[in-house]
Amino acid sequence: MLNRRLFSAFAALAFLTASSFSAVAQDKSIVVASTTSTQDSGLFDYLLPLFKAKTGIDVKVIAQGTGQALDTARRGDADVVFVHAKAQEEKFLSEGFGVKRYDVMYNDFVLIGPKSDPAGIKGTKDITAAFAAVLAKQAPFVSRGDKSGTHSAELKLWKEAGVDIDTAKGEWYRDIGQGMGAALNTAGAMNAYVLADRGTWLSFKNRGDLEVVVEGDKRLFNQYGVMLVNPEKFPTVKADLGQSFIDYLVSDEGQKAISEYKIDGQQLFFPNASRDPS
Amino acid sequence: MSDSLSAWELIISGDATLYAIVRLSLAVSLSAVAIAVLVGLPLGAAVALTRFRGRTALIVLLNGFMGLPPVVVGLTVFLLLSRSGPLGVFGILFTPLAMVIAQALLVVPIIASLSRQTIEDLWHEYRDELTAMNVGAAGRMATLLWDSRYSLLTALLAGFGRAAAEVGTVMIVGGNIDGFTRTMTTTIALETSKGNLPLAMGLGLILITLILMINAAAWGVRVWSEQRAG
Amino acid sequence: MRDLSSDLPVRLEGVSLRAGATTILDRVDLSIAPGAPTLIVGPNGSGKTSLLRLCMGLATPSEGRISWGGRDALRPGRLAMLFQRPVMLRRSVADNVVYGLAKAGLPRKQRMARMEEALSRVGLLELASRPARRLSGGEQQRVALARALAREPELLLLDEPTASLDPAATRAVEEIITMASQSGIKVVMASHDLGQVRRLAGEVVFLVRGRLCERAGASDFFDRPSTLEAAAFVRGDLVI
Repeated sequence: MLNRRLFSAFAALAFLTASSFSAVAQDKSIVVASTTSTQDSGLFDYLLPLFKAKTGIDVKVIAQGTGQALDTARRGDADVVFVHAKAQEEKFLSEGFGVKRYDVMYNDFVLIGPKSDPAGIKGTKDITAAFAAVLAKQAPFVSRGDKSGTHSAELKLWKEAGVDIDTAKGEWYRDIGQGMGAALNTAGAMNAYVLADRGTWLSFKNRGDLEVVVEGDKRLFNQYGVMLVNPEKFPTVKADLGQSFIDYLVSDEGQKAISEYKIDGQQLFFPNASRDPS
Repeated sequence: MSDSLSAWELIISGDATLYAIVRLSLAVSLSAVAIAVLVGLPLGAAVALTRFRGRTALIVLLNGFMGLPPVVVGLTVFLLLSRSGPLGVFGILFTPLAMVIAQALLVVPIIASLSRQTIEDLWHEYRDELTAMNVGAAGRMATLLWDSRYSLLTALLAGFGRAAAEVGTVMIVGGNIDGFTRTMTTTIALETSKGNLPLAMGLGLILITLILMINAAAWGVRVWSEQRAG
Repeated sequence: MRDLSSDLPVRLEGVSLRAGATTILDRVDLSIAPGAPTLIVGPNGSGKTSLLRLCMGLATPSEGRISWGGRDALRPGRLAMLFQRPVMLRRSVADNVVYGLAKAGLPRKQRMARMEEALSRVGLLELASRPARRLSGGEQQRVALARALAREPELLLLDEPTASLDPAATRAVEEIITMASQSGIKVVMASHDLGQVRRLAGEVVFLVRGRLCERAGASDFFDRPSTLEAAAFVRGDLVI
């Protein structure tokens, strides 16, 4: 009696397991290591169904910081990387892990800060001057600190502002080592400034007292690139399927789709694909 | 999952994505517990019923591993399963199977440790009687496992709770891939990072409700069958 | 004629049992043969339980030799033992008895009938489906008796089975033991209840501090004790 009941319980479990795993397990699929900004902004939720409808290929996105995404690919655990830190990407290529790099799109970074604006920088167009003012006022500033594309951009801006952040950092500089969303949540909770990509900011829900304080500086330009992981390094890389995804992103159709993704009427990403890889 | 809806609206409207996530979470955690039972119960029973050198050390180890940091287990499994790791050829990193393996590793010490204690206590009570009835080693183990089934159920629930509530390992080895390895806990982490706190909290409440329901059901079964078997 | 398949007599020759520096049994010679019940009496700590455990093969002597029907090992299933506190498995009354039968190697088909017979013998058939651990102490001891007797043992060892029971439950248990003895099962029972010894004993084995002090027929033991200790015990004086 009890044995039979136990057996049915196990059978039910086995069925549940098998159905949940197989319902989503597709043989025609690729793994794309990408950034939190592309995922948290909702771009993939919009773009991937279009790609799937056209090609039947499932794209599994691992959303990490740019540095971590490139490391995932360096271990052979992804087929394609889609990130935004050109210097890191070129290093990846020169190490032989990537095949080619294609520009796909750009958006821009914005400096987010509390409405009270303790550094008094609201409305300035000069991002390095704004950074210098934050330092001068010792206003709270949240750094991603996770080797992501945004973190790289932030470090570059400190350098361009003539600040050696390693020696200048103090209690005002909060290095949290987390993703974009977590950084925005933290900044909101402690009325701090934070550098964010516009896409994530626009789709971010928990804004509280935060708003855009600096935008429009050319140095806030944020370029996204895509690369196929080198199948000669990792034979398991699905080169054909991965290349189809890249081809779609840089095609007229894919570029148009990117430009059509909007939140509250605002365009998040601006296609600028280079047909010829860099 | 649409961001503009609250968690309760998602439940009421029968949101397909939400149900897929709940189902995946349950399937992963229940499979992990099932595997951990197959490994942990015989291990616990064997340690309870045998005497060997290093037994005390093994018991301390098992007890200590009940508190294994999920993130360390996740990282270890990640390194093992990565294409560059020793088990990379199987290509199971970033799949539900990887999450099952990682959670099973977290749960095995809990089940082995708690069942060892339970079975050893019962063995002290039964030893003379079973020996007098001339019960062999295999029969002893079967009898003790069966007769401590209600206490072992508690061990199972503790294991399930640990598996279902855990986010560190599944995030690392599953990759939180939408529609493939996204579980309740990783969804909550993701929605939190998107600043979608009401939805994240709502999903958290759903998770807690599920865990409570499973515990209540198991408790009901226990009370019901204890009344019949004592 | 001696039955070659029998485990009786159980013979202890110069058997000592020690735990660390403590001597529990000291050079005991004893032979247990079929016949009227043997009651092992003596104050607490005199070694009654250990003697029974040795006979059951649950302990091995530190010195000396035990044989069962002339062999050095006992044959599984021919002996049964009841403990001071019955150990009920977490199952129904019926399943407790069936478990014992299964472990005695009785074919599956015969188990139900044998279980029902055994439970009616101890007057508990109507409680067959109840959880065994929810029964009273006296009822549990009767289930343990049914479980032991259903196996049709040659020798039934009992370790103060009524020590924690009230008079009514004690009487029920004693009646079953008497019935078992009359049906040809050799009963060996530890007790420190003089009234019980008078009611049940065919012969008495008297232990003091691990030594076999006196062995006699029941009437001789009570009427003409041959040692001072036995005389004091029979009078109801404290023997330590």
